[in-house]
Amino acid sequence: MIKKILIANRGEIARRIIKTAKILKISSVAIYADPDEKAPFVREADEAVGLGGKTPLESYLDIDKVINAALEKGCDAVHPGYGFLSENPGFVKKCKESGLLFIGPTSEAIGLMGDKAEARNTAKRLGVPIVPGSGIMQSLAEVENFCAEIGFPVLLKAAAGGGGIGMRRILVPADLSAGFNETTDRAGVAFGDKRVYVEKYLQEPHHIEIQVLRDNHGNLLTFFERECSVQRRYQKVIEESPSTSVNPELRRKLRDAARKLTEGIDYRNAGTIEFVVDCHQNFYFLEANTRLQVEHPVTELITGLDLVEQQILIASGEPISLLEEDIEHRGWAFEARVYAEDPQRFFPSPGTINEYKEPSGAGIRVDSGFESGNTITPYYDPLLAKVVVRGENRREALQTMSKALNEYHIGGVKTNLSFLREVFQSTLFIAGGYDTHFIEKFRQKPQAR
Amino acid sequence: MAVEVLSPITGNVWKIVKLVGDEVEEYETIMIMESMKMEIPVESPQNGKIKELRVKEGDSVIEEDIVVILE
Repeated sequence: MIKKILIANRGEIARRIIKTAKILKISSVAIYADPDEKAPFVREADEAVGLGGKTPLESYLDIDKVINAALEKGCDAVHPGYGFLSENPGFVKKCKESGLLFIGPTSEAIGLMGDKAEARNTAKRLGVPIVPGSGIMQSLAEVENFCAEIGFPVLLKAAAGGGGIGMRRILVPADLSAGFNETTDRAGVAFGDKRVYVEKYLQEPHHIEIQVLRDNHGNLLTFFERECSVQRRYQKVIEESPSTSVNPELRRKLRDAARKLTEGIDYRNAGTIEFVVDCHQNFYFLEANTRLQVEHPVTELITGLDLVEQQILIASGEPISLLEEDIEHRGWAFEARVYAEDPQRFFPSPGTINEYKEPSGAGIRVDSGFESGNTITPYYDPLLAKVVVRGENRREALQTMSKALNEYHIGGVKTNLSFLREVFQSTLFIAGGYDTHFIEKFRQKPQAR
Repeated sequence: MAVEVLSPITGNVWKIVKLVGDEVEEYETIMIMESMKMEIPVESPQNGKIKELRVKEGDSVIEEDIVVILE
């Protein structure tokens, strides 16, 4: 069994891991960059090592510094949290070479899923559906043939594009010719690369994911879905489990697909398989996150399991002691991410917290990284805290979330708390069934609030 | 008439897209700021010409700092 863990992360997730380590009577060692010296996770760990530096590259991303801190303190394992080095196969290898147990999957699995094209091919090979898409298209005739095969609407995408630039939606075959010419021209101007490809356009897409746990002995658990469609700038803001858009049949299919993929690549430890689901309940593999997810607490609240504990036990070589049919999914859970950002434009807002009061009470859990007096710097991501609630049903969970958000006070930095409060009070959100365009729709229809 | 362009955020100047003397249109990106792993463009508030760049790439800025003067 692991005796001492180095936590290669900061903020709320470092505190989250320390909590479980304490319960399991495992010592914890924090590492920190200069701006985090006064952060609660540094104090709450049994020991702490200052790495120096301000930026992630000088600290939490510096593999040698992190490994040396672990060795210097006599750690036998490293928990990477999420972000930073958690999905870096080179770091995982280095841990192994240094005699440190990495609490997560193998470097091979991380490498395989980290390459998006490779991950897509793997899913296809294992019989998991992927969003239908073409290779590079040479001519309009080729595009027309491909579109006839997959059906409209489609997206024409610049091969060199990204983040929505160089993308055009085509609804009917008649628009294809003009669309093709325009997309290739624009791609040439914007990227100096005229190559385009075609992808099926998914209507009213939902971002749905399945949590998995698999041990070194082949035991596998899959969980109920998490609905993660409320996003801004491709980052999640609100999650819930279960989803109002997933019926038992679709849930079974999603869990089966996640099972196939996890077993097919001999995946170990905790992971998440992300899918996009359209309005016709078609689902497609999007990507795999080979680590603990930010939103893991919603699964914890409806199952009563501690996923970090499971990660540590699996890494220690223990078999999972539960059977999938033993897991009870009870009630409904939501997570709302509190970001240091202005609630209108979602622009980041660093500063010093001068007032801080967290909500508490039945059904409320707050995973936070900071306290009054802490400075939120521009060097790291804007997540301040996660408010997670559970209710016997969705209505009760919604009420509990509203109560918790109303009681949360953070002064000194701008936060998105007012935005979150409005969302949880809006008929649009309360109705459920929302898709990844939720925030745009919410902003466009003030009358529907 | 000179017009001051303010930084929309606290962070760092990641990339300067325009040079002194360049003509810019309303909403055109003059520079890109970086903060908390997000890239935020500084857009021109109106049509004009860049008279002065008050910052260089890598500089730290505070929200509402003057970063560009237009004429």
